[in-house]
Amino acid sequence: MNMPFYVSPEQLMKDRADFARKGIARGRSVVVLAYEDGIAFATENPSRALHKISEIYDRIAFAAVGKYNEFENLRVAGVRYADLRGYSYDRTDVNARGLANAYAQTLGTVFTTESKPLEVELVVAEVGRTAAQDQLYRISYDGSVADEQGVVVMGGQADQLGRVLQDAWEPGLGLADVLRLAVRALGAGGDGEEARTIPATQLEVAVLDRTRPRRAFRRISGSALEDLLADGDGPTAAADAATDDAGDTTGDGPATDEG
Amino acid sequence: MSTDQPGRLPDAFTTPGSSSFLDFLSGHAPDLLPSRRASGHAPAGVVPDAPHATTIVALTFGAEGVAGGVVMAGDRRATMGSMIANREIEKVFPADEFSAVGIAGTAGIAVELVRLFQLELEHYEKIEGSLLSLDGKANRLSTMIRQNLGLAMQGLAVVPLFAGFDLDRGSGRIFSYDVTGGRYEERAYHSVGSGSVFARSSLKKLWRTELDRAGSVRVAVESLYDAADDDSATGGPDPVRRIWPVVAVVTRDGYERVPDDELAAVVEQIVAERSGTGVPRRGPAATNAEAVPHDQPHDLQGPTSGGDAE
Repeated sequence: MNMPFYVSPEQLMKDRADFARKGIARGRSVVVLAYEDGIAFATENPSRALHKISEIYDRIAFAAVGKYNEFENLRVAGVRYADLRGYSYDRTDVNARGLANAYAQTLGTVFTTESKPLEVELVVAEVGRTAAQDQLYRISYDGSVADEQGVVVMGGQADQLGRVLQDAWEPGLGLADVLRLAVRALGAGGDGEEARTIPATQLEVAVLDRTRPRRAFRRISGSALEDLLADGDGPTAAADAATDDAGDTTGDGPATDEG
Repeated sequence: MSTDQPGRLPDAFTTPGSSSFLDFLSGHAPDLLPSRRASGHAPAGVVPDAPHATTIVALTFGAEGVAGGVVMAGDRRATMGSMIANREIEKVFPADEFSAVGIAGTAGIAVELVRLFQLELEHYEKIEGSLLSLDGKANRLSTMIRQNLGLAMQGLAVVPLFAGFDLDRGSGRIFSYDVTGGRYEERAYHSVGSGSVFARSSLKKLWRTELDRAGSVRVAVESLYDAADDDSATGGPDPVRRIWPVVAVVTRDGYERVPDDELAAVVEQIVAERSGTGVPRRGPAATNAEAVPHDQPHDLQGPTSGGDAE
C-alpha cells in the first residue's frame, strides 16, 4: 500500500490525539480532590517505588497518568525547573502556573512537531494559604491546559470516575471523607465491571497539607492510611492519625517535615 | 540558557541522568554557582572587604545511642576588619531534616554555599524519593568546598562544619573540612572559626559522655561564651537587644532550633555563675580551666564584653 501524498492537518491531529488517548487509557486512573486543609491525590498503584504522585516544590505537587518513562521525564524536568527558579530568584517566586505553562508548551510542541505525541496527562497542584487560593491545573497530551476547581480525574475510566465524584464531592470535606470517596471512585470501575474495594496496600496516596510550615507534600501509607480509610472514624480522629506517618519506611515521610 | 524550541523546557531539563542539582547547575547555568558568582576580575592578591562569620561549635550527646544526637551552635557576629558588620547574622542552618551546617569564613559566599547545599540535598530527595546517607551528604559538601578553592586562594575562604544524625547508626556525627575540600570526621566535639581555639578548649573541659540534650545546649552556649570572651570577632550573648546564639539540635526526630526563651535562661545561668553574684560555683560544669583562672569573677563588664567595638 502506498503512503498518501496529502494528509489534512485535521486528520493528522486527530490520528495523533487518538493514539495518545489510547495510550493514556491503558493506565490506572488518578483522582485529585480538594479538601478542607489541602489537596489529596490517590491512585491504585501496587508499586512502592515507582510513583505517579510526587513532590515538585514546597507547595507544589505533580500527578500523572500514561507512559511511565514519559511522565517521569517531565517530573524530573519540573523539579529542575522549580529548583532552578527558586535558587535564581526566591522560593516564593515558584508557582504552579509557571510550571503548568512550561509543561503545556513542552507537550504542545511535541504534539505538533514530533512524530509521536507524549502519552501522558498531568495535574500540577499548588496549595494556598486558604482553599480559595488553591490552584489545580490539568494538562493534556496536546498541551491544552484547564484550570480546574475542586476535583480532577485522569486516566482510562475518567468519565465514570468523574461522575461518582461530582455527585458526592463538595468543598470543605475532611481528609478522611475525601480519601474514602476517592477510593470508592477508583474501585467503581468501567462499564459492566463489578465495583471493587481496593485495599490500602494497593493505593498510592499523598496530600498537599496547607497546615504544614514549608514543604506541604506528604505521603500517607501503612497504618495511617488504613486508619483514615476505616469506616466510622470521625474526620477529626482520622486527621490526627494521618499525622503519624509510621508506615512509610522510604524516608520521605518524616523527611519532608522541614523545621 | 539555550532552548532548542522556544517556550519549551530546555533540553538540559529533560535529559535523564543526574540526581544532583549541582551537576545540573554546572552544566546548564554555571554562572549561578557561588564560586563563579563572586569571582569577577579582581587582581590576584587583593582581598575585597567582606563580612566574616566566625565561631561555630558542635558536639554529640547520648552515649547509649538511645536519645542521642548532635548540637550545633554559632554566635551572631559578622565582622569586617575591626568593625562589627552585623549583630544578628545566622551561621547555623538546617541542611535537611536530619543535618545541620554551620559556616565560618567569608559570609557572602558561605551563605550562598549553604543555600546551594540545602537545595542539593532536597533535589536529590525529590528526584530519588529517598534520603542521601549522612556520609553522602558530607561528601557532597566536600565537593562544593573544593570548587570554591580558587576563591579561597584569593582570601575568600569558607570553612563549614557539618553535623547530623546518622539514621543507619542511630547516633550524631560531626564532620569538619579544610579549604581544599578535605573531609575529617570528628569525635565528640569540634569548633571552627577565629574563636575556635578558645571554644575548643572550653569544650574539652565541659564535654562528657553522659551529657543529655539540655546539658549539651548549655555546654555549646558556654563554649561560645568563652570564645567571645577572648576573640574580638566572636559575639557574646546580647541581653540588651535580646540576641542569643543560634543553637540547633538534631536527633532521630529531626532538626530543631532551640527557642530563644530556653537560651535566655541558659545564658542567664552562665552569667550568674561567672559573675559570682548568683548561684555559688559548684560542680564540673562551672569549672573552666582555660577561660577562668582560679575562682575569681573574670567578667565584670557583663556578657557583651567579648568585642573591642562595644
